[in-house]
Amino acid sequence: MVTWGGLARRFSRVAYPIEVILLRELADHLSMPIFVVDPAGDLLFYNEPAEQLLGSRFDETGMMPFDEWSTIFTPTDRDGAPIAPDALPLAIAVQQRRPAQGDMWIHGLDGARRALTVTAIPLQGQWGDHLGAAAIFWEQR
Amino acid sequence: MKVTFWGTRGSQAAPGPETVRFGGNTSCVEIEVQDDSRVVLDAGTGLRRLGAALPAAVRRIDVLLTHLHMDHIQGLGFFDPLFRPDFEVHIWGPGSSTSELRQRLTRYMSPPLFPVRLPELPCELHVHDLRQGRVEVPGMVVHTALVCHPGPTVGYRLETTNASLAFLPDHEPVLACERFAKSPEWCSGFDLAQDVDVLIHDAQYDENEYPERIGWGHSTLRHAVEFAELVNAKKLVPFHYDPAHDDQRLDAYFAGTTSDTVEIVPATEGETFVVENANR
Repeated sequence: MVTWGGLARRFSRVAYPIEVILLRELADHLSMPIFVVDPAGDLLFYNEPAEQLLGSRFDETGMMPFDEWSTIFTPTDRDGAPIAPDALPLAIAVQQRRPAQGDMWIHGLDGARRALTVTAIPLQGQWGDHLGAAAIFWEQR
Repeated sequence: MKVTFWGTRGSQAAPGPETVRFGGNTSCVEIEVQDDSRVVLDAGTGLRRLGAALPAAVRRIDVLLTHLHMDHIQGLGFFDPLFRPDFEVHIWGPGSSTSELRQRLTRYMSPPLFPVRLPELPCELHVHDLRQGRVEVPGMVVHTALVCHPGPTVGYRLETTNASLAFLPDHEPVLACERFAKSPEWCSGFDLAQDVDVLIHDAQYDENEYPERIGWGHSTLRHAVEFAELVNAKKLVPFHYDPAHDDQRLDAYFAGTTSDTVEIVPATEGETFVVENANR
C-alpha cells in the first residue's frame, strides 16, 4: 500500500492526500473514463465509465501495481505493435511529470478491442508536491 | 492535557442572551500541558479573553491556525501577548500554493483592515508555514494534514505522553467520501483523528440546512458522529456552531443525536476539561 509522510509509520491506516480524495470524488461524478495513479505509478482508482471501457469493475480488480495495469490491457499502436509501459501517456505523466497524449488500442478484460485517445496530466498538490497523475480516456468511434 | 473553550461559534461571532450558554465567540481553544506555555487552536474572537486570562508564568504561546477565514483569525489583533516584548509567540498555519503564511496574514494585519502591521508587533514573533507532517511544540507533538474545506485548510492531531486530541473545526468529509464513507483511506481527516481520545469537530448545520449548503465546507452533527465512529474516537465534541443557532435550538439538536460507541459532549464556551488516557 502507498504511504504518505510520517503518518503512515504511526497509524495503522492512512488517508490519501485530500487532493487525491477530491479527485476521486470528482472522477466518480464525471462521465469520462478516468484513471488515477500514485507517484509510483500504481493504479489507485478508475471510475465507472472506465470500468465499461476496460470491461472490469474497480471493486473486483482493486488497486493495481504499475507493471500489472500497464500490460493487462495489452496496449498497442495502430499497427498492432505493443506499446512499452513507460511510453504510455499516463506513465509519462507520472514519471516525467509532464502532460502527455496519445492514441492506442487496448483489449478490455471483457475481450473487446477498443481504440482510445488518452490525455494524461501529472498531479501537483497544494504545496507543489508530486501526488501522481490522472488520465482521461476518449474512445474513438 | 487541559482543554478550555474560549470560542465555539463558527462563521461570525454571535453574542447575546440567546447564545450565552454555548457561547458567542468564534473558534478558539486553549490547550495546557505546561505551566509556562500554551497551545492555542485557532485565533477567533475568543482569543482576546484567553489572552487576558493567562497566568503570569506563561511566556510562550503557540497559535495553530487551521485556515485563514476571518472567524479563525479575527482575535489575533486583540491578543495581549502579541503586544508584549516579554512574550514569545509562534503562529503556525497553512500557506497557499502562491503565498507564505506571513504574507497571507499580512492582508489582515495591516491597514486598512487593522492599524498595526505584523512587523511592528513588540513580541518575539515567529511565523511558520505548515506542511503535511509533524512538528513539535512545548509538551506535545502536532500532526497536520490538509482536510476538506474551501481554501488551504489543515486539521490537527495533538499528542502528549498520555493524551491525544484532534481538531477539525471546519471539515466536510462527506463531500470528499460521499460514496466511500466506510473506506478510511478515502476519508478526509481519517488519520488525524484515528483512535483519538477527544475529537473536536465541525457540527455547524442541521439536517435541513445542509442540502442547501453542500460544498461550503461544514458538517452536520450526524456527519460528525459518523466520522467519529469511523475513526473510533472516544469522545466527540461538536463545535463551530452556526451563528443562527441559539441555545434552545442547540439543546434540541443535541438531544436528538446519540451514538452507541462515541461519547458526545457539545463544546461550551468557558468550559474546561482534562484529556487523559489511562491505557497509555
